[in-house]
Amino acid sequence: MIQFDKIFPWRGRRRLQKGAARTNEDWLGSLRGDRSNQGLAELRVVILQGLRIGLRGRKIRNDDLEDFTQEAIIRIVENLDGFRGDSHFTTWAHKIALRVAFSELRRKRWKEVSLDSLLEESETIASITPMATTPSPPPDEVAGREMVMQLVMTLMEEELTEKQRDALMAVMVHGMPMEVVAEKMGTNRNALYKLLHDARMSLRKALIARDLTLEDLLSGL
Amino acid sequence: MTIVMKTLASTYLKMLLGMVFGTREEELVCDECFDQVQTFAEMVFAGKDAANAMPLVQAHLDGCMECHEEFEALLTVLRAQSN
Repeated sequence: MIQFDKIFPWRGRRRLQKGAARTNEDWLGSLRGDRSNQGLAELRVVILQGLRIGLRGRKIRNDDLEDFTQEAIIRIVENLDGFRGDSHFTTWAHKIALRVAFSELRRKRWKEVSLDSLLEESETIASITPMATTPSPPPDEVAGREMVMQLVMTLMEEELTEKQRDALMAVMVHGMPMEVVAEKMGTNRNALYKLLHDARMSLRKALIARDLTLEDLLSGL
Repeated sequence: MTIVMKTLASTYLKMLLGMVFGTREEELVCDECFDQVQTFAEMVFAGKDAANAMPLVQAHLDGCMECHEEFEALLTVLRAQSN
């Protein structure tokens, strides 16, 4: 168990390079066994500095940075056996810390936003008379933003499930992060990615079946 | 539909169409990309051809805004470490 109360708080400035220059074996050794408290204190310095750099430009409270750092250290230590040595240890550790921080920031940012209300807004964007009974125009006649938009909306209606449409609108149009959408839909990020992948494949297949290329469609936008 | 919404929709439509046509049969999910991104980031940092060496990671980062954001932040940290 990590005893954070035994890790002395960081005082003064330490160079990021010091931590980054250590070997992987040294890091792993310092985080296991008798020296682990010292190793954890040093890792904390490296992670905290990395988060300050990686999250630069965002308004984040120091308390939040400390929370992210602590959570990251827990995950790093829990997964030490999973470190394959295919990078510097610190790169791997920074990756984990940044994932922790970004995930939490996204959750906080979108906490109050209801997926249902976002999707109701999407109805307005999607409320174009579908061209369901109109034959697909030949490629050289595909022109105009309205036509492209109508075509894509029609295909989304015909080729995708409701869940795929909702996920696509939430992520692509409203910019809601996938992990937030996934949580609100009661699934996980990976499953949502697969759902969106299947949706993209269906749309791609439908567009290609109509002999439409990306260039044809973009020329109309 | 308002002009603002039409404009917004047009912007996202271009992004969507780009992603749709760029879709591959086989793609990594987020955790699979996350598992390898430290190696990818160090290759990019070292000026190596990471996109060719790890095309599935590149493809995922091209299509996943969240993973791309985290990758860019990791690269920023690597660059800061070297200065």
